[in-house]
Amino acid sequence: MPASEGASLTTSSEVVERIRERAQFVRLETVRLISIAKTGHYSSTFSCAEILATLYYGVLRLRHGDPQWPDRDRFVMGKGHAAVGLYPILADHGFFDPELLDGYTRLGNPLGDHPDMTKVPGCDFSSGSLGHNLSVGLGMALGARMTGRDFNVYALLGDGELHEGQIWEAAAAAGHYGLGNLVAIVDRNGYCLDGKVDDIITIEPLADRWRAFGWDVVEVDGHDVPALLDTLLRLRDGAPAKPTAVIAHTVKGKGVGFMERDFGWHLGWLAEQDEAAVIRELKGEK
Amino acid sequence: MNLNTDSLVPRGADGQPLAEGSWHIPSMLLKSPGLLALGEQLGALVDDGEPVVVLTPDLSFSNGLWAFHERHPDRFLQLGVSEQNSVSVAAGLATTGLRPYVTGFASFLALLCCEQIRTDIAYTRQPVRLIGHHSGITFGFYGTSHHATEDIAIMRTIANMTVVAPADHVAMGVLLKAYADHPLPVYFRMGRGREPLVYEPDDERIRPGQAIVHATGDDLTIIATGTTVHPSLLAAEELRAEGHSVGVIDLHTIKPLDEAAVVAAAEGSRGLMTVEEHNVYGGLGGAVAETLTDHGIGVPLLRHGIRDEYAPIGPPTHLYRHYRLDGPGIVEEARAFLKSGRMTSDVR
Repeated sequence: MPASEGASLTTSSEVVERIRERAQFVRLETVRLISIAKTGHYSSTFSCAEILATLYYGVLRLRHGDPQWPDRDRFVMGKGHAAVGLYPILADHGFFDPELLDGYTRLGNPLGDHPDMTKVPGCDFSSGSLGHNLSVGLGMALGARMTGRDFNVYALLGDGELHEGQIWEAAAAAGHYGLGNLVAIVDRNGYCLDGKVDDIITIEPLADRWRAFGWDVVEVDGHDVPALLDTLLRLRDGAPAKPTAVIAHTVKGKGVGFMERDFGWHLGWLAEQDEAAVIRELKGEK
Repeated sequence: MNLNTDSLVPRGADGQPLAEGSWHIPSMLLKSPGLLALGEQLGALVDDGEPVVVLTPDLSFSNGLWAFHERHPDRFLQLGVSEQNSVSVAAGLATTGLRPYVTGFASFLALLCCEQIRTDIAYTRQPVRLIGHHSGITFGFYGTSHHATEDIAIMRTIANMTVVAPADHVAMGVLLKAYADHPLPVYFRMGRGREPLVYEPDDERIRPGQAIVHATGDDLTIIATGTTVHPSLLAAEELRAEGHSVGVIDLHTIKPLDEAAVVAAAEGSRGLMTVEEHNVYGGLGGAVAETLTDHGIGVPLLRHGIRDEYAPIGPPTHLYRHYRLDGPGIVEEARAFLKSGRMTSDVR
């Protein structure tokens, strides 16, 4: 069965380097696309760049150019506002023409601020309304079980998204059904729109919450590619008996100093001069 | 289908059935043929090879899915009291090639889950079927939390959604089957499963998207949907006995609406009257009014139903009487309409 690079490679330094390089590619493309849209979610995307790159270049079983392969692993992006970081990856996998990226958010282009499965090949489910996609992923994981397929489902959730009650409805059902093919990755960057998640409404004790719902929990540095890769490959190949929550501790705005220090960059836009400086910083040129 | 319903019967400490008349949640199904039929009809779809999976938020005895579970436990998903989760789970299931049917009280399914339905099912074009039972005021004195007099309006405004309100469980069975392969979502609206039968089995007039013209009438055409079809037929008989020429249309598919049937009724009658167990805003009456306007037809229209208010406490049948949604009530409303100045012959 043909599979992506991720299925055949191990945690060799070559793979790790490739993932790190693709994570920077995600950040640079995010800056470029947001410059086209003139508004966008910089820091929410930067916090999950390594997570996205690790999944798509090291973990998910995919077929290049075949976004509808029925046995592919599924990825649903609960925090759909980070879609700008997903699109370059999907194009990179041959799911659509990379030239579409150049028209990001422009009239009639399939790529909007939040992902639309009916428009974007390779997008496994639409999102934008927080709290829905863990349920959707649960449905996919149940569907795999009911149709006899062995794919896994990965749901990327924002930590602010965990305020939504529906997350915990889905968590309870996934725990009840013991869905080991479901992995929730929490991008624990610590911030939502109005400030620190735990100042607004705390989600701690986060690991204990997931465990109480019947999940296994792994905590990992969400920018540490070898650790992410090792964690996710173990879950992919280990046939766990329970769903797993990977709490990925991340930095909101990771990679751009001033954004890391200012949660306001959840959404914004950079004028030409500032954008150039950000690109230099991301490229390590200063 | 020979279902063994012994397990539904309430029993005393000695294991013997309680007195005739005592009932509890499971045995309520025995008094609700429409609900038992629903469970069996969905089971039959599985037997036909349809990739059906049914989801229930802790309501399998309230909606007849118990009967489905007895036959196809491997196609049954219990999700507990989590309606919103159930709808989104159905969306995920649909992406794997399954055809999910989410069942729930119409109030919670259509109102509580409105956004999940719009965003996860309709916008994404998933072939999920939603079955909202105990719609309208069928819940009687359980109160407004359990009433659904807004669901038609809500579902009509959701793009990609088909809205169907069968008059009885015969029509439900036919339409469930007819829409089994429909590539987009469908909302089925039903009552509490105790509605009198309107149709004989295999009535060939029941076709998706096509209104059923029970009769035409020069004076008035009553347009009903779902639970109001039966009392409208009774009312028409009474009005005819009084000398009025009255037609009746079962507009079971509210979206897409059979515009030709509405136009024909408007052209053939001095007036139209819609009858719905729903707010008169946005539901059947609204849909018919829009159609008349779109076609430039100025026929008098009485939108009969619940006039933008919440129902008082009362048993369902008493509420139907209160709102003149039973046969005699529809007669009174129609009579007053026919006598009103709006119905002068020069209006046409």
